[in-house]
Amino acid sequence: MNATRISYTLDSTLASVNKAEQAATEVATKSGFDEDECGRIGMAVREATVNAVLHGNKYDAGKRVTVSFETTPEAMTVSVRDEGMGLDPTGLPNPLAPENLLKQSGRGIFLIRAFMDEVRFRSLQPGTEIMMIKHVRGHDRGSS
Amino acid sequence: MSMKASSRKVDGVAIVDLSGRITLGEGSVVLRDTVKELSSKGEKKILLNLGDVTYIDSSGIGELVSAFTSVRNAGGELKLLNLTKKVHDLLQITKLYTVFDVQEDEASAIQAFNR
Repeated sequence: MNATRISYTLDSTLASVNKAEQAATEVATKSGFDEDECGRIGMAVREATVNAVLHGNKYDAGKRVTVSFETTPEAMTVSVRDEGMGLDPTGLPNPLAPENLLKQSGRGIFLIRAFMDEVRFRSLQPGTEIMMIKHVRGHDRGSS
Repeated sequence: MSMKASSRKVDGVAIVDLSGRITLGEGSVVLRDTVKELSSKGEKKILLNLGDVTYIDSSGIGELVSAFTSVRNAGGELKLLNLTKKVHDLLQITKLYTVFDVQEDEASAIQAFNR
C-alpha cells in the first residue's frame, strides 16, 4: 500500500484549529477530492480539533493536540488526539431532536459524522482520539 | 479572512451585511455583538444578509440560533437572506432550514417583515 503520512503537534489554541483545518483542506486537495468534499473534510477536521482544544484539553497550555493525516489511493484518514479527560460519544444528545434543535452547541460531532464516511473514537488514557476516514470515490467500502 | 458586519436600515428593517467566516472566536463574537447592539437599540426586525459569508462552522451555526432565539424572546423577528449553497446545505443537514425564515431577495424579505 502506497501511503503518505504527515503529523502536526499543536498547542491548545484557536490558531491550531485554523491550522488543522487548512492542513486538512490542503491534504484533501492533493488527494484528489473535489472542492465540496475538501470543504467537508476541512470542516470535519476543524470540528474535531475544536473539540480537542476546548472540551478535551480545555485550552490547557501544557497539553497538546496531535493531528495526523494518512493518504492512500483509496482513502484519507485523519486522526485528532487530545490529552483531556476523555469523551463518551454514546452519551451525546441528538442535535436534530426537537428539544435540542434550538440549542447553541452540540452539533460538532454530528457534522463530523455527516461529512466523513467512517468515524471512530478511542480512549487513550489520558485523552481521546477521533479517527475519521473519507474514501476516494470509487473506493467506497463494498463498491466493486 | 475574519468576519465583517455592517448595519443599515431599510423601511424599518435593520439589515446586517455580513462577510467572511462565522467561526468559533472572532467571527461568532462579531455576530453576537452586532445583534446584541441592535436589540439593545430596540430593533425588532433584523435581517442577516449572509450573501458574502464564505464559511460557517458549528459554533457559527450556534451563534445564528442564539441570535434567532434572543431576538424572538425580546419580541422581535430575525430572518436570513442570501444563503450560499454551503450555508444552505449546512442548515438543511442540521434541520435548521425550517426553523429560520430564509429569504432570497432583500425586497421580499422587507415585505415579509412588514406583512
